[in-house]
Amino acid sequence: MTRIKTSYGRRSFIKTTVLAGGGMMLGFSWLAGCKLDSPNGELALPENWYELNGFLKIGENGVVTIMSPNPEIGQNVKTSMPMIVAEELDVDWKQVIVEQAPLNTDIFTRQLAGGSQSIRQGWKSLRMAGATARHMLRQAAAQAWDVPLEEVTTEAGTLVHEASGKKAGYGEFASAAANLEVPEEVELKDLKDFKIIGTSRRNVDGKKIVTGQPLFGLDYKREGMLIAMIEHPPAFGMKLKSYDDSAARAMPGIVDVFTITSYPEDYELQWCDTSAFTELLVVVGKSTWEVMQAKKALKTEWEVAPEKTKEVLQFWGNKQPVKSPSGLENTADHIANLATAGEKLAEVVRKDGDPEAAFKKAARIIERSYSAPFLAHNTMEPMNFFAHVTEDKAELVGPVQTPEFMEKSVSARLGLPLEKIDIQMTRQGGGFGRRLYGHFLVEAAVISQKLKAPVKLIYTREDDMSFGNYRPAYYATYRAALDENNNLLAFHVRAGGIPESPLFANRFPAGAVDNYLAEGWAIESNITIGAFRAPRSNFIAGAEQSFLDELAEEMGKDPIEFRLELMERAKNNPVGENNDYDPERYAGVLKLVREKSDWGNEKPGVGRGVSAYYCHNSYVAQVMDIEMKNGKPVIQKVHCAVDCGIVVNPDAATNLVEGGTVDGIGHAMFSELTFKDGAPEQKNFDRYRLIRHSEAPKSIEVHFVENDIDPTGLGEPPFPPIMGALANALYRASGKRVYHQPFMGNRQMPG
Amino acid sequence: MAKFNLSINGKQHEVDVDPSTPMLWVLRDHLDLVGTKYGCGIAQCGACTVLLGDVAVRSCSLPVSQVGQQKITTIEGLSENGDHPLQLAWLENDVPQCGYCQAGQIMNAAALLKANPNPTDEEIEAAMNGNICRCGTYTRIKKAIKAAAQM
Repeated sequence: MTRIKTSYGRRSFIKTTVLAGGGMMLGFSWLAGCKLDSPNGELALPENWYELNGFLKIGENGVVTIMSPNPEIGQNVKTSMPMIVAEELDVDWKQVIVEQAPLNTDIFTRQLAGGSQSIRQGWKSLRMAGATARHMLRQAAAQAWDVPLEEVTTEAGTLVHEASGKKAGYGEFASAAANLEVPEEVELKDLKDFKIIGTSRRNVDGKKIVTGQPLFGLDYKREGMLIAMIEHPPAFGMKLKSYDDSAARAMPGIVDVFTITSYPEDYELQWCDTSAFTELLVVVGKSTWEVMQAKKALKTEWEVAPEKTKEVLQFWGNKQPVKSPSGLENTADHIANLATAGEKLAEVVRKDGDPEAAFKKAARIIERSYSAPFLAHNTMEPMNFFAHVTEDKAELVGPVQTPEFMEKSVSARLGLPLEKIDIQMTRQGGGFGRRLYGHFLVEAAVISQKLKAPVKLIYTREDDMSFGNYRPAYYATYRAALDENNNLLAFHVRAGGIPESPLFANRFPAGAVDNYLAEGWAIESNITIGAFRAPRSNFIAGAEQSFLDELAEEMGKDPIEFRLELMERAKNNPVGENNDYDPERYAGVLKLVREKSDWGNEKPGVGRGVSAYYCHNSYVAQVMDIEMKNGKPVIQKVHCAVDCGIVVNPDAATNLVEGGTVDGIGHAMFSELTFKDGAPEQKNFDRYRLIRHSEAPKSIEVHFVENDIDPTGLGEPPFPPIMGALANALYRASGKRVYHQPFMGNRQMPG
Repeated sequence: MAKFNLSINGKQHEVDVDPSTPMLWVLRDHLDLVGTKYGCGIAQCGACTVLLGDVAVRSCSLPVSQVGQQKITTIEGLSENGDHPLQLAWLENDVPQCGYCQAGQIMNAAALLKANPNPTDEEIEAAMNGNICRCGTYTRIKKAIKAAAQM
């Protein structure tokens, strides 16, 4: 049996109060879980780790309300996180109501959807909250019934004393429980006693979604609200020179046209303020269509912007200069530069053994290069935010993945203290990393401040797709040295990008090869980038897994067997230090996918590719089956094997894996953003290709490794490896290797 | 500006808007029916799909002046209690992830099933190809449409 502390020294992670009107309110600290893992003393812990940021209410009628403070971007945390609380509380899931926490910035902190961390970080604190409430309810019943605490048990929201036959619903003792002192430690359930975790529960917002109820930021409305849109420079490296708004102003429904500066020169930027265009033209009117029309009637002149370097406060608290060079960039130049820059710019990130000597004495060297273009996130709900700023406060409502960080930005930008900024989160029509960067929220606030009116800022699809914060363009060259007997002597990866390298030097096959060299490089650009579902992994996984596939073929080995051999080496006799993966769990997903896909026994005519990757603390292996029909690849089946520890909500988790698989196929096959004189050449879905129904796999089978490991990430891990499985299956089906994404694009060339 | 009498979800509505205004914005801005979503504005993503009579149309590209007395059905009016077979099948298969495109998917599927009550996989793919789901729920959508066809 596991016991968990509810406090550290004299500071408690839990606080209870009696609800007005009866019942119990229990507040808990979201970060307590991380805290409890910390070997450090209390003094070393940040103050905000004690702040209460999750809430649980038990009404006198027995109804349990769990407030989910993390942003819901489609990863289903609004259902899965409360399931964890309900499990330890031991309630009937039907009696649970889940609400998106109304963001009160005094008490809710660390609200972030990113890095597939919501469930992983919340696991212990959510369990603790449920277990504490259950313990206190049992205490209250034991006192009232005058029986020992150990004899009071619970069953689906009911307190039971078996010897006397006494029973009561949680609601009856909720007020009494709230008056008790919080126990110093509580018992957690044994995993084998779980009744809710590990069972599939439907999306709590499902009914609202399928009946079209207002849920999303774009659906938000307020009395007297105006609509605002921005006009930003058409190209990266340009800024506003002059404009003529006379025609736009004269159009029906138009209230005002003006310019704003979202981030002035003296503003201290933080990482989530990324924005290529800070001087914007704004059109405000009474209805969306009228504003859209007036926007088209603006006459604007743009000019080339000078080079700029600014210090930016990073996520981890350090400051870094970010440079935006002057000039108008072109994709043709990008492609040429990516292919040649590595040799000049590469810096060694990791070196094991003597790779140079090994390559010199090699009987054979296999070298292949891979690339991927810029991508736009293209959440289906474009960027938008509601703002109502008055002299003494700012109210903001909408979809953002970083409310806590953006609160600081808005506060600094408006000159209002933090406690006067209130951000409420709506359901979000996709995130994928795009809504980590909340410039649109600052813009909405500045517009509302200027207008002295409630306003909703809406990006058109074109505004959204051409504003930047893209997935970078990447390039990687892999080399392998083989001896006469096809033994692997050395492995070399040199990876870079515009403007960042996708390299993870300590990931597989680091640790599995005696002579290993990893180098990174980057080319400057004024095109802004941001995290995009599984940043960097989303390219390097596919490149690495394609290369390993080709290498296995050159060595005359089965691709799965080859990987397993390397993992066996990393497990038994690892090379170097800081290897960032567990070779046994890595091998585990490969073995599972080999078994489930009946590897080696595919049907005639089927081209089969395998891939496996580790990121965001989880392991995923995928096998894809492709058949060529009329010269076109048809993806018949994908088998996925996933190790993300304990699976909280299996059907929802399966859905995420299916989605990540389809998403990865789509981006690797079809999507790319290209530039001409700094301007994105794709601004809407007529030219920017996303995967469509007929191109998705005909079926996807998902298998989870069963273990007792605390849950790890799932939103991102299935996305990167599928690109490798796709490239490898395309080769087996068509006989042609593909090296350059998008695979269905026109840039394919020999590797 | 001009006045239009519209038949939406079985009720008459009068709006006073510019005749070029797309139905999408009439629904969202003027009638508070926000279940119909904006995704691209150029009939490429399907998020704004509604029924015009029995036919699925992209409301972002349908000017209000062209509607006349044709009946419009939106996701809010697809069923009285959210119990259209497609809505039930969507819940049964827990289709949505972010959920933003799903109203458009359901409305497009509703038109498909009206025209073809028992579609094959290929017919579903062909009919649904104009509706983008960025979260990648396509396999579940197909499963749900097939389940609804059996209800």
